[in-house]
Amino acid sequence: MSKPVKLIHLAAHFPGVNNTTVWSDPRAGSHIEFSSFAHFARTAERAKFDFLFLAEGLRLREQGGKIYDLDVVGRPDTFTVLAALAAVTDRLGLTGTINSTFNEPYEVARQFASLDHLSDGRAAWNVVTSWDAFTGENFRRGGFLPREERYSRAKEFLTTAHELFDSWQGDEIVADRETGVFLRDAKAGAFVHEGHQFDIHGRFNVPRSPQGRPVVFQAGDSDEGREFAASSADAIFSRYAALDTGRAFYTDVKSRLARYGRRPDQLLILPAATFVLGDTDAEAEEIAREVRRQQVSGATALRQLEWVWNRDLSGYDPDGPLPEVDPLPGEHTVARGRAQVRMYRDPLATAREWRELAAANGWSIRDLVIHTGNRQNFVGSPDTVARTIDAYVQADAADGFILVPHLTPGGLDEFADRVVPLLQERGVFRADYEGSTLRDHLGLDHPDGARGKRAAS
Amino acid sequence: MSPTSPPPLRLAVALDGTGWHPASWRDPVSEPRALFSAGYWAGLVAEAERGLLDFVTIEDGLGPQSSHFLDPDERTDQVRGRLDAVLIAARVAPLSRHIGLVPTVVATHTEPFHLSKAIATLDYVSGGRAGLRVQITARPNEAAHFGRRTVPRIAAYDDPAAWDVVTELFDEAADYVEVVRRLWDSWEDDAEIRDAATGRFIDRDKLHYIDFEGRHFRVKGPSITPRPPQGQPLVTALAHDTVPYRLVARSADVGFTTPHDTGQARAIVAEIRAEQAAAGRAGEPLRVFADLVVFLDDDPAAAAARRDRLDALAGERFTSDALVFTGSPTRLADLLLEFRAAGLSGFRLRPGVAGHDLPAITRGLVPELQRRGAFRRAYESGTLRGLLGLPRPGNRYAAA
Repeated sequence: MSKPVKLIHLAAHFPGVNNTTVWSDPRAGSHIEFSSFAHFARTAERAKFDFLFLAEGLRLREQGGKIYDLDVVGRPDTFTVLAALAAVTDRLGLTGTINSTFNEPYEVARQFASLDHLSDGRAAWNVVTSWDAFTGENFRRGGFLPREERYSRAKEFLTTAHELFDSWQGDEIVADRETGVFLRDAKAGAFVHEGHQFDIHGRFNVPRSPQGRPVVFQAGDSDEGREFAASSADAIFSRYAALDTGRAFYTDVKSRLARYGRRPDQLLILPAATFVLGDTDAEAEEIAREVRRQQVSGATALRQLEWVWNRDLSGYDPDGPLPEVDPLPGEHTVARGRAQVRMYRDPLATAREWRELAAANGWSIRDLVIHTGNRQNFVGSPDTVARTIDAYVQADAADGFILVPHLTPGGLDEFADRVVPLLQERGVFRADYEGSTLRDHLGLDHPDGARGKRAAS
Repeated sequence: MSPTSPPPLRLAVALDGTGWHPASWRDPVSEPRALFSAGYWAGLVAEAERGLLDFVTIEDGLGPQSSHFLDPDERTDQVRGRLDAVLIAARVAPLSRHIGLVPTVVATHTEPFHLSKAIATLDYVSGGRAGLRVQITARPNEAAHFGRRTVPRIAAYDDPAAWDVVTELFDEAADYVEVVRRLWDSWEDDAEIRDAATGRFIDRDKLHYIDFEGRHFRVKGPSITPRPPQGQPLVTALAHDTVPYRLVARSADVGFTTPHDTGQARAIVAEIRAEQAAAGRAGEPLRVFADLVVFLDDDPAAAAARRDRLDALAGERFTSDALVFTGSPTRLADLLLEFRAAGLSGFRLRPGVAGHDLPAITRGLVPELQRRGAFRRAYESGTLRGLLGLPRPGNRYAAA
């Protein structure tokens, strides 16, 4: 018996603060104005995407003790933009990245439950953790966490938020004018949570929302992060969009689910993926090369090299050879607020490898950074890209992709117009929305089971 | 308008559930089951905008509503539960064009960094129509929802024994607003340069650490969100006494007060002006509004009967911190003009029943005020500050 055809899930990551975003292109618009978000969301909804995704960073990045000025800087508030987008879309899921370290469960649960009400069941939460004192300087709650506690805080945060969501069943509001009974239950919303991270009690003040609980995403990649996802998340925002690494990640994470009594289809694997389209594969390759050069200016190349070298390289010529000096060993101190630096676990070895690579190819610093940087995941004609995405999903490298265009706000338009119809023709992507909530789009169970309807409607 | 005519009167409406009377949800016009839907709030804001009102405020709180000032109750006969006010405002922003959107925010347990970017973003999504109403809470049960601090138990907000506690909470709120405002200014307006020649997206010399260090918290900055369209969205606060008047005088653009007659109105305005001078803000525009709860019908007897009916359903006479007006729009217009002559520049009306008294304001009171030349006949500005005649402030960090 052949394997049933999997339906693909597609989502759109708003291109903003991100080193793949090309802001120097004449077509690049505002990353702040609401019109950009509205355009992007409407395109995603026109293409019947599952959801839109917003990232978050709570402190502007710094490098060499100064605010990093070469990428897009600045973004609006996640919840506020998503609530506004609910007004200009009807079906599109609205996923926000919200930090569990610099927030409190009561407030975040209110915000997500409110967003879910105000969007008629389209809210999702990408739970991220951090522990750094650098970001903590922006918060009165201050500080930070011991690194080893960040997942225990995230887990307890999520558990607590779920207790708050579940403190209303959905049938409490009677609102009977005749009898004068508004609430069936005088203790609606009552909760008690006593834990290591949170010791809170009282009454939650948002009635149960259409999805019961918002959809939960997890983005961490460590063993702990994967285990957290397997135990608690509905979907993973992963970084493995390639066929081989994607399959390995997919197999690993899905195999962890049984331990928690969960089925493989209860956790979707949705890698972030960049793409470039052209009329032909050759043209797309050409455009992709050009985009990579736009993404890495000479100045950017030097700063990115500093992520490995951990020292000031501003005196070097980006069009010249790699530095003779070795990376500074020890804790990385040059770039702050940037997760990528942790990918270079052995900077000395990386430097050695890169020098050899540059020498063998005659590459300058900028050439090297362009070549060793991330190549776009899907490059080709619409037909090639549609076939590749389908093949990857059918091969269990993913359940779908969160696409990250390099242009704001029009970077998704061409994909919507030229690739989505091909996926629909192949019968692997929806021709129209079948349900109204994000849980419906993602094929996730409603936490209330069959009762999953708003009681007060 | 002649040179001697008084400044135009400003009108806002305070939205809270189905209205300010606790039995308002039982009125036949009310839609208590729709309270948690976007459509309900969009409808109210559209009605307020139809009446050319300056702004709406949206009530909020970090716990269930209660009939007791300090403790939760277990009543089942009143509306309990509400949505986050900032998100309601954001949800209706794209559906409205002119009216200001002023959600309530609680300073006591929340992060000024988050709130600053949220209101800045509300300003972006509304095209310059955002504000906030800052509020404190001394409720022990709300502190327990956060578990980060305990609040000393007080007998009443105006109890002399509670003076220190209340003062402390308001001082903290003033610091909170200071942080929110500094963060709004932490990006200069022209910080984004997109200079292809140097590869720089921003001119980082135009971004500023706010380095706030107060008694209650410290915040580094800059904001992650660029300076909002209005520069400084509107800051408002409700005040009943000297300590909160001081917060209004130090921190706000609009203060809501609760005089019950013109004599009280004069005294309150004088006190706020004196506090304003003491705070070194004498020259800055600060609008003092009065709050009134209104039950409006063309026939005053009908308004009174309606209120009596609601009181009977509630089982007690409705009382309020604000003056309760029951009568015709015409008589209310008289009263508002008397208050204006006493030094108030505007009013925040709290509809007794939103579904009845809000349309009575927009379709009854507003035309009456227009006939008297006291209210606008069309929106004349695209921003909330513009509607209130407040200039767009310069940036405290910009080089002169």
